[in-house]
Amino acid sequence: MTQMVINPTPKDYKSDVKPTWCPGCGDFGVLNATYRGLAGLKLAPDQTVVVSGIGCSSRFPHFMKTFGFHSVHGRALPVAQGLKLARPDLTVVAVGGDGDFFSIGAGHLIHAALRNIDITVVVMDNEIYGLTKGQTSPTSPQGHVTKSTPYGLLASQFNPVATLLSLNVSFVARGYSAKPKELGALIEQGIMHKGFSFIHALSPCPTFFHTFDAWDASVTLIPADHNTSDRAQAVALAMETEKQYIGLFYKEDRPTMNDAAHQLAERARPFDIEQYIKRYT
Amino acid sequence: MENEVTVTIRIGGESGEGTISGGDILALAAARWGYYVYTFRTFPAEILGGPCMFQVGISNKPVKSMGDYADVLICLNKEAYDRNIDDLHHGGVLIYDPSDFTPETGDCITYAIPFNEIARKEIQLFQTKNMVMLGAISGLFGPPLEAIVQVVESKLSKSRKANATLMEKNLLALEAAKKYVLEKLSKHDPYVLGPVEKADRVVLNGNQALVAGALAAQCRFFAGYPITPASDIMEGMAKELPAVGGTFLQAEDEMAALASVLGASYGGVRAMTATSGPGFSLMTELIGLSSMAELPAVIVDAQRAGPSTGMPTKMEQSDLSFALHAGHGDTPRMIVAPADVKDCYELIILAFNMAERYQIPVLFLTDQSLTARVESVDSDIFKPLPLQNRTEFDTHATNGTNGKTLVGAAATSNEYARYAYTASGISPISTPGTGAVAYVATGLEHNEQGHPDYEPEDHTAMMEKRFRKLDTATEELPQPQLYGDEDATIGLIGWGSTEGTIQEAVDRARARGYKAAALHLKILSPLPDRTIRDFIHSVQKVIVPECNYSGQLANLLGAKYGLQAIRVNKFGGIPFTAGEILRAIEEVS
Repeated sequence: MTQMVINPTPKDYKSDVKPTWCPGCGDFGVLNATYRGLAGLKLAPDQTVVVSGIGCSSRFPHFMKTFGFHSVHGRALPVAQGLKLARPDLTVVAVGGDGDFFSIGAGHLIHAALRNIDITVVVMDNEIYGLTKGQTSPTSPQGHVTKSTPYGLLASQFNPVATLLSLNVSFVARGYSAKPKELGALIEQGIMHKGFSFIHALSPCPTFFHTFDAWDASVTLIPADHNTSDRAQAVALAMETEKQYIGLFYKEDRPTMNDAAHQLAERARPFDIEQYIKRYT
Repeated sequence: MENEVTVTIRIGGESGEGTISGGDILALAAARWGYYVYTFRTFPAEILGGPCMFQVGISNKPVKSMGDYADVLICLNKEAYDRNIDDLHHGGVLIYDPSDFTPETGDCITYAIPFNEIARKEIQLFQTKNMVMLGAISGLFGPPLEAIVQVVESKLSKSRKANATLMEKNLLALEAAKKYVLEKLSKHDPYVLGPVEKADRVVLNGNQALVAGALAAQCRFFAGYPITPASDIMEGMAKELPAVGGTFLQAEDEMAALASVLGASYGGVRAMTATSGPGFSLMTELIGLSSMAELPAVIVDAQRAGPSTGMPTKMEQSDLSFALHAGHGDTPRMIVAPADVKDCYELIILAFNMAERYQIPVLFLTDQSLTARVESVDSDIFKPLPLQNRTEFDTHATNGTNGKTLVGAAATSNEYARYAYTASGISPISTPGTGAVAYVATGLEHNEQGHPDYEPEDHTAMMEKRFRKLDTATEELPQPQLYGDEDATIGLIGWGSTEGTIQEAVDRARARGYKAAALHLKILSPLPDRTIRDFIHSVQKVIVPECNYSGQLANLLGAKYGLQAIRVNKFGGIPFTAGEILRAIEEVS
């Protein structure tokens, strides 16, 4: 992680490109929280890369002054992992929505979680497909009526935090776009954490699934006495249905795959084809 | 000049009983003994069971193709005999175990050798059956037993199961078989692999040469997903990359593999993935992204017989049409196809250079037969070759991008035209790191600064810019060389692993008085327009031999140049023989 020599403000991370989001979109709060988090860490924009897939929230990198990679639907995590493995000196943050990470990119999420590559993931979850104008998402509640589930959603609701905890993820947190200060602090901690950091950011959609009031009522700070090294307790909090806890669920320090990969590289030598080819004589 | 000595030996057997590994040992021993070799193998996709075949051409002159017929056929069971006997040369040698079957009387020379009995009774270890076979080959034709023993020793010591008893049994088997043929058989065939001058050559297959080339091309990131016949490229990179400071990822699927490669490439690291048809199909969305975001990537497609899962262990050249068009929208990409083991080294380096120079996905179309084809290649082919780097954006040329005032540097990023309209189509790229000017790589249509932009003029100009790189490359890239008669009346245009076979057919046609020449395309996008047009106009008829059903190169040449080619297609999963192409030349003449 490379820091700047001067003290930046959140504004210093804001690009001139205007967000394309609807007025009142939760993603504004997540964007502000991210500016805040990066400023708090004084991260150098030239050594920070924000990677995304496709979706409303995946426009994110365009609104940042850091390096950015706006890839294709579902593939933010593979891009981010390849980048971090190849360039461990960079700070890599992957952002996107519930469709991107929990549906089309769900296969990648599992393996990224198991590898523990040092990247930070912020998933903006509005429980609906916004960019395609209102179809059901994996996090939509069962029974939910959308354009693609006119008779109500038949599938169960995906629980991101509980799932990621089960995958032995070394940093799991949840924030809420309406609480950008707390979310910003979680993003800061996530980036500081050496390992795969998963931040579930509740980020309501004002246009296709209005959950502001419900979430204002259900969002609750994780109890101060919660032990963040106790995975079973963290799972219990995540399984709670009445309350949506925000804060740090679980944190564990363990070796990252990128460190392990580069430890091998410490003994590396320049490639010499004339030497190498002798094995085939 | 010494006379040409060529012996083509085929071994037919059951998968899992050491047929292929025995053949490999024979090829390596012959090569180390000083001969040129060229192998061909076919085996089932299953780990155990099913017929397999190994053929090696052994010669004191370079071997260009697998040969029309086998001079020596060793059948390890009755099924191998039934399947292969038609491919034995008239007057060739058939070797079999009389306890397996009795061959029909034909015009071949037969040697009956009790492989099973020697292995089971004398050596008391049935697994040594392939050693018994090798001992018999050594006794009848060469190479000497010492050459074979050397290879067996080096193979065994690499294996974790290396143990003295097994080596001892292997030696006993080799010697017992050699003794048997010398004492019990009277040799009455003309095939002898005598001593030959040793040369400075290496013996390796296409995939091994490809890995060497990728490492020499400074590829320092690889991500892949296991698939036949590309897995050993992945395994090679997994083993070698850490030693040279690179990193490796076994991805969860092929989409993740190519996406990770693009992530690494965005970070300025030369990166590659390798797959076969089914995996290549999955990668298409990322090929589009690589082309649109203008990020270099090398994608190896080790073609196998399709469609769908097809025949994973069989050869076909049937991904050309797909490689040309894979992806939605108009997507410029480059395509390189190696013809032999040497090309797998030299052209993968060219592929990296093209990817970096033109900031574009480069597809490298090898095929199943070439991945596993073992050839002896002069050692001096494997030397460092010039590497081209991507054109980096010069931060010093921009105001306020001093590395120390990083926020200031980022502040000017809106001014950095990552996708600047240039005459060549190549726009300077910025790589994350101290003092670099930030930009967003995106698969959305964008303006010069990389910001999303759907204006008709901008999309038009950006499409033209991206495609302009192909025009630039057409001028810069090497042209294919004509092989054969300058004043040929019959022309052949081929691509991929069939080059040697086509050239051998041209040689044989010319020896019979035909005026023939071949043009072999190694870069299929962008095509070398001028050279192809000149060639087409210089001959009366053009034959396009391809190992696919639909004539994919012929279709391309028809669409681009109006060529009505004579199509010669083979699509059974086995490559052409030179004789088959020669027949086509004779038929059209």
